[in-house]
Amino acid sequence: MTTATANAEGVKGASGTPVIQAKGLGHAYGERQIFENLEFSVAQGEFVCIVGPSGVGKTTLLQSLTGLLQPSNGAVVFEGKTVKSPPEGLAIVFQDYSRSLMPWLSVLDNVALPLRSAGVKKAERLRLSTEALTEVGLKDFTAAYPWQLSGGMQQRVAIARALASQPRAIVMDEPFASVDAQTRSDLEDLVLRVRDHLGITVMLVTHDIDEAVYLADTVLVLSGRPATVTALIDVDLPVPREQLATKALPKFAELRTEVYRLIKAPVPPAEPATAPSA
Amino acid sequence: MSPTSIVRRLLWEFWLPVVLVAIWWFASAESTNIYFPPLSQILDEFVDIWFFEGIKTEIWPSIQRLALGFGIACLAGVGLGMVLGMVSWLDAAVRPLVEFMRATPGVAILPVMMLLVGLGSSMKVAMIALVATWPILLNTIDGVRSVEPVLRQVSRSYRLSRLDRIRFLVLPNAAPQIFAGARTALAISFVAMVISEMVGTPGGIGYFVLDAQRSFNTTAMWAGIIALGILGYLINRLFALVESWALAWHRGMTAHNNGGK
Repeated sequence: MTTATANAEGVKGASGTPVIQAKGLGHAYGERQIFENLEFSVAQGEFVCIVGPSGVGKTTLLQSLTGLLQPSNGAVVFEGKTVKSPPEGLAIVFQDYSRSLMPWLSVLDNVALPLRSAGVKKAERLRLSTEALTEVGLKDFTAAYPWQLSGGMQQRVAIARALASQPRAIVMDEPFASVDAQTRSDLEDLVLRVRDHLGITVMLVTHDIDEAVYLADTVLVLSGRPATVTALIDVDLPVPREQLATKALPKFAELRTEVYRLIKAPVPPAEPATAPSA
Repeated sequence: MSPTSIVRRLLWEFWLPVVLVAIWWFASAESTNIYFPPLSQILDEFVDIWFFEGIKTEIWPSIQRLALGFGIACLAGVGLGMVLGMVSWLDAAVRPLVEFMRATPGVAILPVMMLLVGLGSSMKVAMIALVATWPILLNTIDGVRSVEPVLRQVSRSYRLSRLDRIRFLVLPNAAPQIFAGARTALAISFVAMVISEMVGTPGGIGYFVLDAQRSFNTTAMWAGIIALGILGYLINRLFALVESWALAWHRGMTAHNNGGK
C-alpha cells in the first residue's frame, strides 16, 4: 500500500510538464455558449474527474479536449502541441459501449483495429491486443463477438482497445453510466489498477459525485450557464482506494458534500475560474 | 444437426413440390393435348436434352452471362453506391436520375439495347448488368449512410486510415443492406437473362424455350421451363449460402438480440 502511495505521489510531485492543458477554452453552438474561458492542466499520471450537472456540456468539453470538435475559443494543448484532430497517444473510451464496438469484428479484431491503421505489424498487433485484453481480464474472450458479451464486458473491450495502442492519456466519457452497480464498482477498480500499473494520465467525465471522488486525484467541477470551472478539488484520500474502506472515511463524505454543494449552488460566474488547488 | 432433423427439414422443403409433381404426373398421364404432353414424356425429353449436351451448349452459356452481368452490377452498384453514400452533394445531384432508372422497367430498355449493342452476348450481359445495378446501388447508398455516429467518432479518434475505415467500418456496416439489394437484383437478373436470350441471337436456355415453342415442340418447351425453374431455385440457394456465410455476425447478433437478453 505504501509503495502505491509513494508511486502516485511521486508521479504527481515529479510532473512539471502538464499532459493536457485547456487554455481559455470555450465553445458555442450558434448563439448558445456552452462553456467559456476554461483554464486547467492535467499532470502526467494524474487522474482527473470532471463532474457537473447534466446538460452542463461535459461531453462537448470532452470532445474538444480530444480533438473531435474544434472549440470556438481558446485551445487544447496535448503534450505541448495544440490539438486540431485526435492526437496520437490519446485514447478515448466512449459512453455507449454497445455502439462503440464494431459488431462484425471479434473482440480481438476490435482491439487490434487501431493498431492496424497505425501500421503495427501483425504479430505485434496480436501481442499488444492480447496483452490489453489480459489487463482487463478478457483474454479468454478474444474470439467472441461484442454482442455476445455483457455490458460490463463490452466496456472492458472498449477499455482494452484504448490500452492496446499504449496511450499516454485516456479520456473517458461517462464510461460506467449504463452498467449495473456491481459491474460499475468492478470497472472503477479496474481503471484505477490499470492507471497504477501503466502510469497513464486519465480524464474521466461523470455525473456521479461518489464516483468522481472515489476515482480522482483531482475533481474538476463544471457548472453555470455558460459553464466554467467552479472548483478544482484536490482529493487527498489514501491510495490504493478501496470501495468499502475509502467510501467509509469521514474525509470521503466531506469531499462528496463539498462537490455536491458546488454543483447544486454554483458560485457566481464572476469568480475566477482558476480555483485553489490546495 | 441430427439425421432426423435433416430428414424433417427436407420434408418441409419438398413435400409440396412432390405432391404437385405427382398431381401433374397422374393428371397428364393420358393426355393427348399437344400443349400439355404427359409429364413422363416431358421428363424423358428433359433427360435427353439436358444430360449432358444441353447443359454444355445452352445452360452453361446462360449461367456465364448471368454471372458476368450480375457481377458487373454488384461491382458497379457497390462501387458507385459507396461514392454516392459518402459524397452527399453528388448523391443529391444524380438521385433523380437513379430513381428514374430504377423505376423504369428493365425490359423497356431492351429495344434500345438491341439497337445500340446488337443481338449478341454483349447485349445480353449488358442488359442483365443494367437492370441489376439499381437495387444494389440504392441499397448500398442507404447502407453507407447508416453508419452509427458513435462508430464514426471511434474511427476518427482512433485515427483509422481511410482504407481501413471503408474496409472495416463502412462496408461491413452496409453489408446487410447490400445483400438485400443483391437478392432483388439477382431475381431480376434472371428475368433479364431469359428475356434477352428470347429476343437475341440463338443460344441460351431462354432462346431454347422460345425456339421450342415456335417449332411446336411443346415437350421440349416444357423441359426447358422446368430446367429454368430448377436453375433459378439453385441460384437462389447458392446466393443464400453466400449471404449467410458473409453475414454470419449479423444473423448471430439479430438472433441474440431477439432471443431475450
